[in-house]
Amino acid sequence: MKKLLTIFFLMSASTLYAQYPSGETILRKIDLNMTSKTRVFVSKMVIHGRRGTRTIESKSWGQGEEKAFTEYLAPAREKGTKMLKLEDKLWIYSPSTDRIIQISGHMLRQSVMGSDLSYEDFMEDPRLTNLYRADVTGTETVDGRPCWVLELTAKSKDVAYYKRKMWVDEARAVPLREELYAKSGKLLKRAELRDITNIQGRWFPKRIIFKDMMKKGKGTEFIIEKIQFDVRIPPRILTKASLRK
Amino acid sequence: MIALKLAYRNLVGAGLRTWLNVIVLSFSFVVIIWYQGLLEGWNRQARRDMIEWEVGGGQYWHQEYDPYDPFTIRDSHGSLPEGLKAKTEKGSHTPILISQATIFPEGRIQSILLKGIDPKQKILSIPSEYVETDVEEIPAVIGTRMAKSTNLKIGDLVAVRWRDVNGTFDAAEARIVHIMKTNVGTVDNGQMWIPLKRLRNMMQMPGEVTIIVSDKDTAVSGAVAGWNFKDQDFLLQDITEVIQAKKVGISIIYLLLLFLAMLAIFNTQVLSIFRRRKEIGTHIALGMTRGQVVRLFTIEGAMHGILAAIVAAIYGIPVLAFSAVKGFAMPQAVDSYGLAIAEKIFPTYSAGLVIGTTLLVLITVTIVSFLPTRRISKMKPTEAIRGKIQ
Repeated sequence: MKKLLTIFFLMSASTLYAQYPSGETILRKIDLNMTSKTRVFVSKMVIHGRRGTRTIESKSWGQGEEKAFTEYLAPAREKGTKMLKLEDKLWIYSPSTDRIIQISGHMLRQSVMGSDLSYEDFMEDPRLTNLYRADVTGTETVDGRPCWVLELTAKSKDVAYYKRKMWVDEARAVPLREELYAKSGKLLKRAELRDITNIQGRWFPKRIIFKDMMKKGKGTEFIIEKIQFDVRIPPRILTKASLRK
Repeated sequence: MIALKLAYRNLVGAGLRTWLNVIVLSFSFVVIIWYQGLLEGWNRQARRDMIEWEVGGGQYWHQEYDPYDPFTIRDSHGSLPEGLKAKTEKGSHTPILISQATIFPEGRIQSILLKGIDPKQKILSIPSEYVETDVEEIPAVIGTRMAKSTNLKIGDLVAVRWRDVNGTFDAAEARIVHIMKTNVGTVDNGQMWIPLKRLRNMMQMPGEVTIIVSDKDTAVSGAVAGWNFKDQDFLLQDITEVIQAKKVGISIIYLLLLFLAMLAIFNTQVLSIFRRRKEIGTHIALGMTRGQVVRLFTIEGAMHGILAAIVAAIYGIPVLAFSAVKGFAMPQAVDSYGLAIAEKIFPTYSAGLVIGTTLLVLITVTIVSFLPTRRISKMKPTEAIRGKIQ
């Protein structure tokens, strides 16, 4: 009798589990939506700080996970500031001083202009399937849309965020909410992804609200005004020489 | 001897003019000795404090480590070298692991250095015993400057975020278990001292260290592959250079003071030769050589220096002694310069300093006194007796 009960429970559990697609499948779908070979976008970063709100407009070019280039367009004080990321190195060019400063190591984790994004967050475009194992733990509704709840655990030791939790839109395979955790389990950052739009056949959020959970403040809004995927980026843009141009 | 007596009589006879010169010169004496003593006192105190709090007898640095280059910190760690393991266990060396982190005091973001130290170490004055506390959070000791900049108090909790050796984010709460008071800002500003073992676990760096500090008596323990030994001279170079630069800078004030005093003496000498030309003529007419007259006037001028030394000793010794005992309070802002400066600096006056300053002033006074007297050698006695000067 006991054996029968055990078999029954095991079967019902596996039946429940089978209702969900595998985490791996969902991650692959997310990657198809969120990552691209190249991307060029114009964005606005609205930083809600203690002393008010600041808006920074920029244009960015990205290629894979290793290369990215950003130029600030506004406000006037920041206009002309450029950032270049090549692998784990990042350079910033400041037009007021006409100097290029290298940022690496720990400084990459500092906030960009007082925002809730670090330089790494700002310029990274990670392919989740390469970095994480995912388990679907349930379903919830976010902004009125049914979502799978995914728990991601780093596959290797050298991943910035050991754990992530994602609420992924079941129909569009795009995360609507994301939480980034430290190894100790402490919640580090939260992101709310809004205004999901179909661009070039993929679902993509045009507004992301980041919140560094350890910092006080109302968070930082990242608004994408224009984005193009898989376009040709002139090779000279992703080089150090372009910083001073 | 006659020249000395004459010179003394003439000087005292000149009355107020002499004493004004003497007082100005004595003031130069006292100021030069006091300021030099102050710098020497600062130098000694800073060196002593830095040795006690930071430098020890010298340090072994991991070959990648460069405290002035934050890019090196991530990679500057390695296993405690075999050759220093026994010495570390014996207590003659103490390892320190250094790592970058971010803290969030009151929700603000601030970059810091986490420094892991053996709670039982006795080499440095850092009160490491406080980190050996049984608290769930990371027990941390910070300095008063760090406490002020972060507004943290004993018992406060602060969130710390770091990346381990693999680059993975981790975070935990740290509890401030003690706030230390030190004159050495370089072990205080932007730093948090936590147990070495704990930091190794946090960073996933078992048995690893960044620097190894030796005690004052052991100093260098031979070459260790992959580690560079930095001796006291190297580690104290900054403070030595600052004090040297200060000495050069302050010498401008000495020069000004001396210049004022010398100007007064020079004027006195010129005036004295002009007013006493009949006397000069008489001296020569009575058989004194021109050289003897020049010597007389030079001694007279130089005696200003001797009188000034005596006057300086009368009021200077009590003043300088009082200053050496009570110390000189440094302005609070100096504390943030990053140099080892105590709240009070106690000037140190060495025999060399006093003798050197005295000789410097006396020689300068003698030269300045001599210069105007060269006119005497050109005087004709007959003209001089009549009160004429050529």
